[in-house]
Amino acid sequence: MAIWLAGRRGASYCVKALISTTFRSSRSYTTAFASNGNSDSLFFCGNSSSAAVFGSQRFESTKARQQLDLLSSDDDEEQNQGVDFPGGRVAFTSEMSFLPESSEKRVQCYRVLDDNGYPLSSTQFKHVSKELAVKMYRGMVTLQTMDTTLYEAQRQGRLSFYVTSYGEEAINLASAAALGFDDLILPQYREAGVLLWRGFTLQEFVNQCLGNKNDYGKGRQMPIHYGSNKHNYFTVSSPIATQLPQAVGVAYSLKMDKKDACVVTYFGDGSTSEGDFHASLNFAAVMEVPVVFICRNNGWAISTPITEQFRSDGIVVKGQAYGIRSIRVDGNDALAIYNAVGVAREMAIKEQRPILIEALTYRVGHHSTSDDSTKYRPVDEIEHWKTARNPVSIFRKWVQRKGWWSDEEESEFRANVRKQVMDAIQVGEKIEKPPLADMFSDVYEEVPSNLMEQERLVRDTVKRHPQDYPTNIPL
Amino acid sequence: MPGFISHQVAARGLSLLRLRPVAATMRTYSSATKEVTMTVRDALNSALDEEMAADPNVFIMGEEVGEYQGAYKITKGLLDKYGPERVVDTPITEAGFAGIGVGSAYHGLRPVIEFMTFNFSMQAIDHIINSAAKSNYMSAGQINVPIVFRGPNGPAAGVGAQHSQCYSAWYGSVPGLKVLVPYSSEDARGLLKAAIQDPDPVVFLENELLYGESFPISAEALDSSFCLPIGKAKIEREGKDVTITAFSKMVGYALKAAEILEKEEGINAEVINLRSIRPLDRDTINASVRKTNRLITVEEGFPQHGVGAEICASVVEDSFGYLDAGVERIAAADVPTPYAANLERRAFPQIEDIVGAVKRVCYRSLPMVATA
Repeated sequence: MAIWLAGRRGASYCVKALISTTFRSSRSYTTAFASNGNSDSLFFCGNSSSAAVFGSQRFESTKARQQLDLLSSDDDEEQNQGVDFPGGRVAFTSEMSFLPESSEKRVQCYRVLDDNGYPLSSTQFKHVSKELAVKMYRGMVTLQTMDTTLYEAQRQGRLSFYVTSYGEEAINLASAAALGFDDLILPQYREAGVLLWRGFTLQEFVNQCLGNKNDYGKGRQMPIHYGSNKHNYFTVSSPIATQLPQAVGVAYSLKMDKKDACVVTYFGDGSTSEGDFHASLNFAAVMEVPVVFICRNNGWAISTPITEQFRSDGIVVKGQAYGIRSIRVDGNDALAIYNAVGVAREMAIKEQRPILIEALTYRVGHHSTSDDSTKYRPVDEIEHWKTARNPVSIFRKWVQRKGWWSDEEESEFRANVRKQVMDAIQVGEKIEKPPLADMFSDVYEEVPSNLMEQERLVRDTVKRHPQDYPTNIPL
Repeated sequence: MPGFISHQVAARGLSLLRLRPVAATMRTYSSATKEVTMTVRDALNSALDEEMAADPNVFIMGEEVGEYQGAYKITKGLLDKYGPERVVDTPITEAGFAGIGVGSAYHGLRPVIEFMTFNFSMQAIDHIINSAAKSNYMSAGQINVPIVFRGPNGPAAGVGAQHSQCYSAWYGSVPGLKVLVPYSSEDARGLLKAAIQDPDPVVFLENELLYGESFPISAEALDSSFCLPIGKAKIEREGKDVTITAFSKMVGYALKAAEILEKEEGINAEVINLRSIRPLDRDTINASVRKTNRLITVEEGFPQHGVGAEICASVVEDSFGYLDAGVERIAAADVPTPYAANLERRAFPQIEDIVGAVKRVCYRSLPMVATA
């Protein structure tokens, strides 16, 4: 069932197209962005022949490929003699050399704005309208403010648990802005901003955190485990990286629907150690499904720094290892994220293939309210990223310089959002908890007799001992 | 049982007009009695074939299911008939393809995931339990998972400790899953079709040694709209002196033991084929015990926290006053399965163990010293 990238394109394509992915590379095939004349299409990594009819390669698995790719015969790096093996023809060499464990230069990182919000010289990016930019910026501020307020609420004992996305506001909002509403999201747990962009209200967020009866999760999950069918956002699941093979499965199903949509799944640097990460990247490439993998490499998996997590050059090189087109992006640069995700999505849908995006960033907050990160990392490191490299500030500078935002609007907006969140908490706390029947429903599609029996027993017990039953749980 | 068949027919519309798929189904006729028999392997194959023909969302995924025709040939002929998009050969990653299967079910497909043996499902068990079983509940009904995990379970012959464990108790304890254990060809057909049509995740535990066994099969069971209800046990042999519960291969052993008991001891045993571990048919089991007043449970899994323990607890809770003797559980020896044939034989219940236990609960012989 193998699709042999090398066999179809020659080893040179892999080297050229997949390693250097910035505009400045003279060896890349990316200049094709001019090829169809309009500025909407930003970046094509070579032109792909249509993907092989799905699975048709399988029946020839025991036959060596007969034809040499035309591209490879032009390349003087390869010797012309090759030897056939399962998997295709490889050029051979009498010089023994090991591929180095790391290349001298790390994979470059795509960036549009510098740390002060100035566009880098000779950078090209898709035009962003004032409306979109302001919406993105407001989303980032809303996320930051919601996080601050709800974190404080947890500290006051009003929530049992909370997870903030400090430092990753750009990844959240800019990636969401680049996607379509029909794209299906399978999140990890630090992507509340994506749901926010799609229209989840502050009240809906707070309801889930409080587990009241308006929570779409019927109070069954810990806080921040949001999920909403109508926003095409799958329910957050705690085990790490399990959403990755699930995303490939969803994409497999979506592929058959032939819609103009793809699956987008998010995960952190720590997730890439899980077996599920490797199985899903491998499978996604083999099955040729439209899925965009977005890795938030924020440097920390609770207290494990990335130096202890892996020894590769981050996550972007792992995509290539599985035959997946990949890019490394500055995760604190909203415009870079917006562009890269937009193009990745187009490639995933048009070419029905997976794409990997590694967004480099920093986890400014603690892992969660159960963590105190000052215990394992220096406070001044956190401060540096919170101030000098803050994605919200960087984007704010750019937006303000364009005349689309001002300091007055900033303070008014922040105060407004904070008030809205606090109001939502007050309102949410007054709402009843989910009723007793919700404890027994949805275990199966239809409530089985043993659970109906158990519910009946509970209700009988409550009738007999009403004084022992909590008053805020409706029957 | 026409009642629920008609419900299935109504739901499927044209199913009665569909021609019975010919593919790999073989029915042999016994010349003497003109009885139709079918192997369990063919029963499973025909069930898969019919369900794939009826619903284009059903697809099969697993190792060797396609070009190899199935590690145990259960999926023989299906790749040729339905193509590689619906019979998907996978790389070796149970966690991977179980997770992918669950994901595809999240978005409306109906996967049938094959594990080469349920021993390998342990590498995927997080997806079976945390991604499949609990999703409908945790998402409050927004994500349902109509997936079937199937494959051989329990010991075969001479395959050693890592290929011989029975997982019925493990999966049977998880709310959100349904766990089925077919014995005969009729069970295999009816329960697999019901499992594929069910909106909840189903763990379908087969048995490698039963694949080749032939059972008589009725015309009703051969019909493409045939379905067995999930959660109902079957009384394979009616009796009045003792109830023996068993599932999968042990049903055959229990029936043979019942014959021996009838002939040699005049003990009339009732044998219950559980068919379903979760939900467990407590009503049938308790009704039987209230009739016979004695109970033996038989399983190939390990004794502690096993299926027999659950049945015993259920009977003690509901029918304590009806018991005339203590319940005996027959299970595997509490050791990882040894390979040597003589040791393996002693590690699993044999027919004489069942006979011995029945005699003890009927007070025909001395009770054993309590162990473990």
